[in-house]
Amino acid sequence: MEYWSPYVVGIGIGILSWMTFLLSDKPIGCSKAYSRTSGMIERLFLGEKVAEKAYYKKFALEIDWEWMLVLGIFLGASISAILSGQFRAVWVPPRWADAFGHSFTVRWLVSLVGGIILGFGARWAGGCTSGHGISGTLQLAISSWLAAICFFIGGIITAMVIFHILI
Amino acid sequence: MLKALHQKENFQLGFGFLVGILFGFLLQKGGVTQYNVIIGQLLLTDFTVLKIMLSAMVTGMIGVHLLRSLGLATLHPKPGSFGSVVIGGLIFGVGFGLLGYCPGTLAGAVGQGSLDALLGGMVGILIGAGLFAEFFPKLDKKLLSKGDFGEITWPQLLKVNPWLVIFPSIVVIVLFLLWIEKFGL
Repeated sequence: MEYWSPYVVGIGIGILSWMTFLLSDKPIGCSKAYSRTSGMIERLFLGEKVAEKAYYKKFALEIDWEWMLVLGIFLGASISAILSGQFRAVWVPPRWADAFGHSFTVRWLVSLVGGIILGFGARWAGGCTSGHGISGTLQLAISSWLAAICFFIGGIITAMVIFHILI
Repeated sequence: MLKALHQKENFQLGFGFLVGILFGFLLQKGGVTQYNVIIGQLLLTDFTVLKIMLSAMVTGMIGVHLLRSLGLATLHPKPGSFGSVVIGGLIFGVGFGLLGYCPGTLAGAVGQGSLDALLGGMVGILIGAGLFAEFFPKLDKKLLSKGDFGEITWPQLLKVNPWLVIFPSIVVIVLFLLWIEKFGL
């Protein structure tokens, strides 16, 4: 089947979180892996002094559990897309193309800027839609409930502004 | 027994990878590795993202707290402050709205062949995370600790048994989901 019910998917993710708490003593999260990767790439060019940055002393430049998890997401989504015949190169997503045209350059620039802000904001907030949005909220952590609400407030306003629904 | 398993580094890396594969598989099957579905959520025309997140939250909440009651799991709530989660959360939201993927679904989107995710989002998120590491010492002093409230959870704040927060939360979430379904969103 191409798609599953969102509730089946959500319950499946919830069960995965039981497994990670039980067998790894860890909640599912993604954004720290990007921070480590970024530092590892920077280290390739600038050498060991990169690892001395205060932030990388806190979150060391190493391949850890969460890094493997993000690599797994990439592979798991590939497998799912291949099995249902959806694996294909898409330059510009259809919904974007309908609103802003088929230019890859424009889409690329907005994705790049969006990605920079997303990566910066995720580390600023100390987590992303997985770490705060799912794992943190299910632990009833106040920080995560606030973060998740702010993710959506910021996201809804931004999307509505660029799609000219607001202003 | 489980403590020893938590220390086994190779098992942990392998298990993290396996969980990631299953997570990525589920995200793709749910449709949330697609720009169209995520932007549909932010434009409030397609509630797939919230349906997945809220049903994961309900399922996880019940199971993880049961494991905890049985002494089989420890909670790891993230510490927070208004300066970090509110400001950072809103910045994240702006990136989320522009990119149309979040960090986890971005990896999944790359996996299914979305080139805007690979060449734009992936490059961007690495630059953004690197910039944060660069500015961290300054931000930490000025903003990140503003209004710090630590690793507190709702049951700790309200001084009640966790289940007294869990049951009402589940009722509210289920009613919200039924309401969304009623409108066919």
